[in-house]
Amino acid sequence: MTYDERGVDEAGRDELGLDEQITLWRSYMADRPAVAQPDVDELEAHLRDQIDALTASGLAPDEAFLVAVRRLGRIDDLSREFAREHSERLWKQLVIGEPHAARREPAGLWTALLLAIAAGVGLKLPALFGVTLSSDPDFYLRNAPVLVLPFLAAYFLVRRRSGAATVAAVAAFFIAAAVVLNAYPFAEAGATEPLAVVHAAVALWIVTGIGYVNGDWRSGRVRMDYIRFTGEWVVYFVLIALGGGVLAALTLGVFSAIGMDASQFVAEWMLPCGATGAVVIAAWLVEAKQSVIENIAPVLTKLFTPLFTLMLLALIASAVVQHDFIDSQRDLLIIFDVVLIVTVGLLLYSMSARDPERPAGWFDTLQLVMVAAALVVDLFVLIAMIGRIDAYGASANKLASLGLNLILLVNLAGAAWLQLRFVRGTVRYPALERWQTSYLPIYLAWAAIVVAVFPPIFAFA
Amino acid sequence: MRIGKDLVAAAATPLVLGILAEGESYGYAILQRVSELSGGELQWSDGMLYPLLHRLERLGHIESTWGESPSGRRRKHYRLSASGTAAFAEQRKQWAVVGEALQHVWHDGRGTSLALGGAW
Repeated sequence: MTYDERGVDEAGRDELGLDEQITLWRSYMADRPAVAQPDVDELEAHLRDQIDALTASGLAPDEAFLVAVRRLGRIDDLSREFAREHSERLWKQLVIGEPHAARREPAGLWTALLLAIAAGVGLKLPALFGVTLSSDPDFYLRNAPVLVLPFLAAYFLVRRRSGAATVAAVAAFFIAAAVVLNAYPFAEAGATEPLAVVHAAVALWIVTGIGYVNGDWRSGRVRMDYIRFTGEWVVYFVLIALGGGVLAALTLGVFSAIGMDASQFVAEWMLPCGATGAVVIAAWLVEAKQSVIENIAPVLTKLFTPLFTLMLLALIASAVVQHDFIDSQRDLLIIFDVVLIVTVGLLLYSMSARDPERPAGWFDTLQLVMVAAALVVDLFVLIAMIGRIDAYGASANKLASLGLNLILLVNLAGAAWLQLRFVRGTVRYPALERWQTSYLPIYLAWAAIVVAVFPPIFAFA
Repeated sequence: MRIGKDLVAAAATPLVLGILAEGESYGYAILQRVSELSGGELQWSDGMLYPLLHRLERLGHIESTWGESPSGRRRKHYRLSASGTAAFAEQRKQWAVVGEALQHVWHDGRGTSLALGGAW
């Protein structure tokens, strides 16, 4: 029900005083998720100024109220304008202006279920041609990104009713990835194949984002929406995976108790098909259960940012004490890459959960410390890597790590600089968001290079 | 006369920047000024000004502070930032070009024949 239907009727007008009418109007306005409390305050100040001016020119207070409300514009139109400007406030509700309708129906549940089943079945299709998980695990590992992610992309393209151009663009990326992964003559146990697979997964995840934002990938704000989605998706996927693990363990246990071996079923069907389906179901959950997660994201980031900062500082301290990074094992350097990726992920996740209008506080200072510490670690790793490449020559693995490190270094340096200026009040928060959202294509480009260019350069070894 | 929606939307940003270039102001007063400057011809729903102000703030063109009105009411004040001053100058240049072009084309018939006449 809109304000105009309730607050303006004859009976209501006689009963309510000006303040009650304004309170009622406020409650309708505040009901809109796109309009935050300070915005309602600002609009109310406007309303009262207007009413004062109108009463001064001779209108009765209730008439002045009606005119002022009418001039302010219909609540629906107004909240739609606010939603355009503040998409983070209702980021998952793509049907702007109808929050109530969107909340009632389990949006896209059937699409999600169908695509999850299709994904599970699709994973077993190669088995019809004799390529099963146990006979050719290599095939499944190599094709994991192109077997799983198309269904997630399809979910978004269906839900957003994307146009042919968007569908074609997303499909082209997936087909290109599938062709490269299967046509390249990768050597047995070489390094370029796992590198290509991992980077294809990253690249296709970003491409899936084109479906998520319905082709509107140029806008920094919708990119931030996709980053936010990614963080929430990880949370839901981990939750589902935990449940799936319990289910698998119980299945194994309970069937062995009655003398049947379920391990074949669990390994060939339950885990692979379940995990594949969970990719789509987690995406649906993120979109459907937004308000639950909204409470979790800030808590998780507040909890883990201090802990990761401590870990990074301890890492720097022990590296300084030992100063033997150059001789470090290769595995050790890779774990540092993972630490840096998780740190950037944590930074992005807290950024996406943050209200961009809130001024700088203690948490932003803490984040600055975390980013600065990560920057120092990155520099250490970079020096160690260059030392290793100098000593032992370049390899696909080393160059891929080096490239990733340089990309993260530039990202962290920019992030630290902006964060410092934000904490000192010389730059506004959206500048930080812009830095990260305009950085996304660089990840995509680098991942594409590792997928398509690295294998031929290193002779598919 | 009713000015078209697109034109109102296009004119809103330079107008608001221009009004804030005159000095710090707040929503209601900005709208009063718009109506004063345009003789009441340029109008949009009052509420629509606020998302526009928030957008300009996000872009860093304007800055806001909460203050109080003389009657003690809370009120959000806006003022132009350094980048806003630059954006305003830029907009001003662009609109000058548009305005000039329109002037030329409207005086077309008379204007060209006169110019031709002068040249011959």
